[in-house]
Amino acid sequence: MSDRTGTPARRSGPRRRDNRVAYGFLAPWIVGMLVFTIGPILASLYLSFTDYTLLSPPQWLGLENYQRMLEDSRLHKSLLVTFQYVFVSVPLQLVLALGLALLLNRGVRGLSIYRSVYYLPSLLAGSVSIAILWRQIFGSEGLINQLLARVGIEGVSWVSHPDFALGTLVVLNAWTFGAPMVIFLAGLRQIPATYYEAASVDGAGRMSQFFRITIPLLTPIIFFNLILQMIGAFQSFTQAFVVSGGSGGPADSTLLYTLYLYERGFGSFEMGYASAMAWTLLVIIAGLTGVNFLFAKRWVFYGD
Amino acid sequence: MTEPTTTAGVRPASRADPPARRISKHALLIIFGVVMIYPLLWMVSSSVKPTEVIFRDPSIWPRQFDLGNYTDGWTALAQPFHHYLWNSAVIAAASIVGNLLSCSLAAYAFARLEFRGRRTLFAAMLATMMLPIHVLIVPQYVLFSQLDWINTSLPLIVPKFLATDAFFIFLMVQFIRSLPRELDEAARMDGCGHLRIYWRIIMPLSVPALATSALFTFIWTWNDFFSQLIFLTNPDLYTVPVALRSFMDGQGETAWGQLFAMSIVGLAPIFGFFLAGQRYLTQGLATTGLK
Repeated sequence: MSDRTGTPARRSGPRRRDNRVAYGFLAPWIVGMLVFTIGPILASLYLSFTDYTLLSPPQWLGLENYQRMLEDSRLHKSLLVTFQYVFVSVPLQLVLALGLALLLNRGVRGLSIYRSVYYLPSLLAGSVSIAILWRQIFGSEGLINQLLARVGIEGVSWVSHPDFALGTLVVLNAWTFGAPMVIFLAGLRQIPATYYEAASVDGAGRMSQFFRITIPLLTPIIFFNLILQMIGAFQSFTQAFVVSGGSGGPADSTLLYTLYLYERGFGSFEMGYASAMAWTLLVIIAGLTGVNFLFAKRWVFYGD
Repeated sequence: MTEPTTTAGVRPASRADPPARRISKHALLIIFGVVMIYPLLWMVSSSVKPTEVIFRDPSIWPRQFDLGNYTDGWTALAQPFHHYLWNSAVIAAASIVGNLLSCSLAAYAFARLEFRGRRTLFAAMLATMMLPIHVLIVPQYVLFSQLDWINTSLPLIVPKFLATDAFFIFLMVQFIRSLPRELDEAARMDGCGHLRIYWRIIMPLSVPALATSALFTFIWTWNDFFSQLIFLTNPDLYTVPVALRSFMDGQGETAWGQLFAMSIVGLAPIFGFFLAGQRYLTQGLATTGLK
């Protein structure tokens, strides 16, 4: 990373040639970024100020789409649903991930089997198949109610009850704790054994080792997982779409923001409004990530 | 939790737990594992039960064993199910080739070459990893519809050849940086150009990173629903996830047994790739979380 300190001799011939070679290697990525990322971002910003239905050219509206968002009660509902979903399921998922990683960290036999079993749901959960399974598990005659019936409890139809439907999606997201768990396990491996040895010599018990060594040294990984899972959770779509049959119901209780965006943009082809919604989502995610980085200074501990 | 500290001077990995503690730990891990896997096992067993039984029997040992759900489900949609499997497989295969080629090229430049603007471009690349697809999807849809690519698999394939999955660039950069530079310097002395170093030295050594990227590309493409739902509206082009969705909405009374059977057919390739490459998958994931 020391590309500013090259001597004039190093800077001449070979460096210039590297420039050209490097841009050759980067060409596909640069084209892709301009055409499929930068271009669309700018276009979506422009479209967010217009009325556009694909059929006729965009009509400039100024801030009207954003003003409409202020008054759109379904949009407010979808924001509320999304925040509830993210702020319940992500902490739950991370606590499970960290707990299991700690259990698996110390010389457990069959580690690779446990790790596989816990990690598998993370790979499958994004699929429509699992969403279909979920809809049936939490349905009125589904697995959960069959099990409850065995102990004499009569369940409700969880996925079609406005008070519980979102909860089933939270459970589904928490079920995918395997991916952050694998990252936690790798992080735990990086903590030098000598720290624990020294602490033991000094008479520190397990609890105090956990709070004074493990947790502080793990904070960068906790932070990384938190950011990653939060950004991912804000973009959840498939599960809610399939479980609610595309409607976000019952009573909009599972109307995640992305679902409403899809409905406006690709259900009724209000591309301008959908773009304004997308930009708002981007600002929310970027804002929350930024806030996290600000707070990180207080609790994330980087060694050295 | 208040048990006395065990002997000092032992690595935490092998710090011996007393037997009672070890047993209770395994019991906890097993119970948790069963809870995690139970829904999946139940789906497998339900797929061989008649639909009426699914609603009465939570056990995962089917008393009747009937593959009728598979044969009936296979032909329940407009096309036989292998048609959708094929559509998904073509997109997944093309995505793998595209991602491996384009992302490794970019990764070589970031990991090994000195050039103007490297820091800026690298930061831009990392930033695109965090970008929600929803900001891009509307203009991309407009672009693809102007190109007349809607209802073809091109919107799902072409971007992969242009390294739009920055996650894999990042993963490969991390990996290539760990390879000794002496190798390429020696090759340079022998008069090799960068293209040859990339293809003859770095790529063969990067097989673990390439395998990881191929596996993740497969799984994410196979599972992808959002963009396939948007770009493929012609039922003949449906991929497995879109076909499964239409299966569920098509009938008034859902044939759960058949739906489960086809869901399992849809999950089977992921499960197979997971078994084959779970070491790569967990390692690949672990490296992204470090440094």
